[in-house]
Amino acid sequence: MKSRAVSLPYMLWMIIFTVIPLGLVAYFAFTTSDGEFTIANISQVGQYSGVLVHSVWLSIVATVICLVIAYPLAFILSRKTENVQRTMIMLVMLPMWMNFLLRTYAWMTLLEKNGVINKIFGLFGLGPFNMINTPGAVVLGMVYNYLPFMILPLHSIMLKIDDKVIEAAQDLGASPIKVFTKAVIPLSMPGITTGVTMVFVPAISTFIISRMLGGGSNMMIGDLIELQFLGNAYNPNLGSAISLVLMVLILLCMSVLNQFDADDDREGMIV
Amino acid sequence: MKKFAVMFMAAALTAMSVMSASAVDLPKVEDENYYTKFKDDNISINVYNWGEYISDGSDGSLDVNKAFEELTGIDVVYTTFASNEELYAKLKSGGVSYDIIIPSDYMIGRMIAEDMLEPLNFENIPNFSMIDEKFVNPAFDPENKYSVPYTWGVVGLIYNTQYISEEDAKSWDILWDERYMGDILMFSNSRDAFGIALKKLGYSFNTTDEDEINEAAELLKEQKPFVQAYVMDEIFDKMQGEEAAVAPYYAGDAITMIEANENLAFSIPKEGTNIFIDSMCIPKSAKQKEAAEMYINFMLETEVAAANCEYIGYSTPHAEALKTLDEEISSNPIAYPDDETLENTESFLYLPKATSDLYDKLWTQILSNDQRYNEWFVPILMVVCVAVSIGINIMRSIKKKRNTY
Repeated sequence: MKSRAVSLPYMLWMIIFTVIPLGLVAYFAFTTSDGEFTIANISQVGQYSGVLVHSVWLSIVATVICLVIAYPLAFILSRKTENVQRTMIMLVMLPMWMNFLLRTYAWMTLLEKNGVINKIFGLFGLGPFNMINTPGAVVLGMVYNYLPFMILPLHSIMLKIDDKVIEAAQDLGASPIKVFTKAVIPLSMPGITTGVTMVFVPAISTFIISRMLGGGSNMMIGDLIELQFLGNAYNPNLGSAISLVLMVLILLCMSVLNQFDADDDREGMIV
Repeated sequence: MKKFAVMFMAAALTAMSVMSASAVDLPKVEDENYYTKFKDDNISINVYNWGEYISDGSDGSLDVNKAFEELTGIDVVYTTFASNEELYAKLKSGGVSYDIIIPSDYMIGRMIAEDMLEPLNFENIPNFSMIDEKFVNPAFDPENKYSVPYTWGVVGLIYNTQYISEEDAKSWDILWDERYMGDILMFSNSRDAFGIALKKLGYSFNTTDEDEINEAAELLKEQKPFVQAYVMDEIFDKMQGEEAAVAPYYAGDAITMIEANENLAFSIPKEGTNIFIDSMCIPKSAKQKEAAEMYINFMLETEVAAANCEYIGYSTPHAEALKTLDEEISSNPIAYPDDETLENTESFLYLPKATSDLYDKLWTQILSNDQRYNEWFVPILMVVCVAVSIGINIMRSIKKKRNTY
């Protein structure tokens, strides 16, 4: 409250690069190319429901896998000495120093029919397995690329869980499962919601992963939006409508997630 | 050539060529006086071209833009795009001004139809007379008022001779052949993909008949189980690495792939194929029209055209430049197929909006899974989503109020 002036540059930034573009997306979504009001764009999105459902499904799967991998890791990490933690966090971040496209490109070489993984299997007389160009490969790409975004918030929230709390629970006779469900999970909830948001949102709107690892036949909502702008028919209105639908979907997910950390005084991302 | 990775490289190379300040050997030009007109006016032109689509001075080739700058005193601001559609979207959204653009045939047709191109003043482009007659008055610009051809080529099949016989590769049918299930690559852009299906059915590339297009879409759906992936430039890696056995692609790029892996070969299917022409045009938004025409004329200087052609690997429509090329290039049937083959080609023309929309819709259906949902699904879903999220937040604030008591 002390000084609003400090936040002014950020407010300006938000207005120019977030609020106005959002308004434009909404405007385009509800107008024809001549600028007249219509809801035809939105109802036209209906014919692409299959793509929408497919993207939501793949990103949910990727998010759940990320959570399952990241949660125990983050907890174990948070109980280690500071030095170990620093090294491990560094290792988690390391792939992010490389360009996103390069990392995904590397997976192409790994998963291909004549790729590295199949060659190794070949040594043992197995395979070749058909791995690339499947929905599984797309999910793998998402998990690999977005896993750090799940680990980091979980880790930082778990650092704040005091060992004494866990010990107290154990002293009071709680079984390990009870300790986990009644103490650890509720205390780490803000980390879970932040992590899930940070994985789910980029995963659902990705288009390059599905193109590179999905072989072009696993179309996602991001590909569809791109197609409206750079495809045959150049239809920014329909593209905006699809984006708007996607945004509403994400809004819902965030609201649902928000439910889980009801107390605002806890740390974590407020959405 | 149409590749983002290549674009980065092109950008890097352009940057490098800007930095190296050494003078270039000027190519021989027809009329030096013509190029002195703007010598002291200190103007610049914006050129917007495909990535990796001009001789840029690397590996001892001619640095075309630099030579032009030295010859004329006009600055060239050179940027690149990756697809015709990107170029179109850029121009349509406004805010940018280019003096020279190099779109392909059907996009030129579309831009002419939408009045986005400036008619050229051919008095300023005397070198146009050296263009091969075959490429004057093309179907997309019948009076040749707006465009000057830059490169051309055909689409054909690139295949691995270890797996596929020459005989089989003579027809588009091979892309529907069960024996090669999982070893077939296909275009990931709808126009080229539909084109192949339409030709297989014996229809024109430019049909607007919905039944014919639907039939082609059915054929593409039938093909989907056999297709390993829908790709554009990933094709280079996949064909060279023998990841796939057969793919349709552009002749100029096929030459590059065959150089890298000699098991590969190229054929032009008997059903006929697509001939594409990329031409130089001046958009309506151009600020320096005369200087732009000077640039076009410079690109048509024999030495410049030959240098570009050698660098890019696509075929040149420039009759004189063709004569100066290496026998090895000019007699290569991939780059310069005989007239009989060329007879059997068709170029893409601009499709009306309804047809383009149908293409996009069918193409999305082909690439996504086949499940169909009611068209009300999405609007209702949206309303439910908004309602639920508002509901959740209201519930939450009520709960909070209660807790404060």
